[in-house]
Amino acid sequence: MSLYSLTLYEASRKLRKREISSRELTDAVFRRISDTDAAIRSHITLCHEAALAQAKQADERLEQEQTASPLLGVPIAIKDNFLTKGVRTTCASRMLGEFNPPYDATTVVKIRSAGAVITGKTNLDEFAMGSSAENSAFFSTHNPWNLNHVPGGSSGGSAAAVAADQCMAALGTDTGGSIRQPAAFCGIVGLKPTYGLVSRYGIISFASSMDQVGPMTKDVRDCALLLEAISGHDPADSTSVNRPAVRYSESLTGDVKGIRLGVPKEYFTDGLQPEVKQSVLDAIDKLQKCGAVVREISLPHTEYAVAVYYIVATAEASSNLARYDGMRFGHRAAGEDLSETYMLTRQEGFGPEVKRRIMLGTYALSAGYYDAYYLKAQQVRTLIRRDFEEAFNLCDAIITPTSPTTAFKMGEKKENPLEMYLSDICTISINLAGVPALSVPCGFDSKGLPVGMQIIGKYFDEPTVLRIAYAYEQQTGWHKARPKLS
Amino acid sequence: MALLARLRLTSEEEAQLTSQLTKILHYMDKLGALDTSGIEPFTHALDNVPALREDKVSNTPDPDNLLANAPAREHTFFLVPKIIE
Repeated sequence: MSLYSLTLYEASRKLRKREISSRELTDAVFRRISDTDAAIRSHITLCHEAALAQAKQADERLEQEQTASPLLGVPIAIKDNFLTKGVRTTCASRMLGEFNPPYDATTVVKIRSAGAVITGKTNLDEFAMGSSAENSAFFSTHNPWNLNHVPGGSSGGSAAAVAADQCMAALGTDTGGSIRQPAAFCGIVGLKPTYGLVSRYGIISFASSMDQVGPMTKDVRDCALLLEAISGHDPADSTSVNRPAVRYSESLTGDVKGIRLGVPKEYFTDGLQPEVKQSVLDAIDKLQKCGAVVREISLPHTEYAVAVYYIVATAEASSNLARYDGMRFGHRAAGEDLSETYMLTRQEGFGPEVKRRIMLGTYALSAGYYDAYYLKAQQVRTLIRRDFEEAFNLCDAIITPTSPTTAFKMGEKKENPLEMYLSDICTISINLAGVPALSVPCGFDSKGLPVGMQIIGKYFDEPTVLRIAYAYEQQTGWHKARPKLS
Repeated sequence: MALLARLRLTSEEEAQLTSQLTKILHYMDKLGALDTSGIEPFTHALDNVPALREDKVSNTPDPDNLLANAPAREHTFFLVPKIIE
């Protein structure tokens, strides 16, 4: 078994026993990247030299520290919308093509001080707006399971990097499914934590009421370990919640006896690819055989979620992206006067999907349309949250597919934005409500593309979500399957 | 609308955006069918999150670091186009 195929947990154990060094592990990972990334293209920026220095430091710490973090000496990739001091951070946009952040995101500080080795910055849809990683201003990332298919988005680079063993684990962000959908498409585990559990400080803002940072990993144990490392209160993020730290890995008991699972009928309708439906139903059956209690539930406002999301998210994006005016950082065009400088800077700096969303958000917030769109959407959002609150009176967790289909072909939906938006149907309600949800591999379709099952929990009930995912994973071997890459 | 968003669009972009946004907005009109009278608009996922912290300076001024990404600078200032004619 090659070193690069180790999980975070396995690598950490070998490092602590001094069976391997962080240097050896880091070398193996960078060899893997150079062997595979010409085909997959998961990374925008590689940090080879800095990674070797971090590995050297980690090896020194491993000699001295008895109770080190499991991240110590382990290579981890970071989506390119996390600010990384001294490492170019582009958000896959020409607007920030040469942006070199003056500080680290809080989550980056956390994994750096835990001793992680940062391999590089991974590709995404520009400003995290998209479901295929095809909206990157630089290049598209390919799905390691089939290079003609998308890896999902927006955290497509992080998902592909984990699936292709280019790192032990990765960080992503999820505003409408951007961790979970690419995790499902690439056959890995991805968790969007409860809104407020992980600091957003230093994450390039898209839709602030929904953006969350989360782990993307090879299995559920790694997901719990990485969540332990990045969660916690941050005074620099006013929406971050002050709660006692939780040892998420302790919830991995393998036991789901008596846990009540709700299966919402609205998520199993005609639009679902039959193989996805069958895989998820089989997984539910498996959990039932392990002692979970399954019942049908209803989330009646599901059909409105896409409309609500694309009003709220674009409204917030149009405000957040107003900062890109070419004055203090980022691209600046040469205009005749101030007004033209603004207009040209934004014309040249933003790609088509970002412009589309800014226009949509500006419209939804403008005088005369505000009540009909933005206010209405926020009212329906309350109804969507109530759906979850009522459902959680009847069950402890909710099971759905992560995406209605497996990874689609590159280019298939690029010209039809509404169709692309509708592909987010299974994931966006979760961000609107703010609850946590995880995607875990649960099978393959006939083309050999991975299927993901989504487990949705109550606010701050990541322990139950992880417990169910772990118990399921232990019953199957899906997470051990790896794409064949030459 | 493009002016409000400070976006310059080519005529092709404008034509394409108009047709795409019309379709998207038409889809969003389905919200109109839902009766939301008396429903409070959503404001925050969690109640009782204290949004304010003590107003204490925790960073030290580092103008060179902060100005390193400026498109244009002079001394410790951002250099911007003329604002007042």
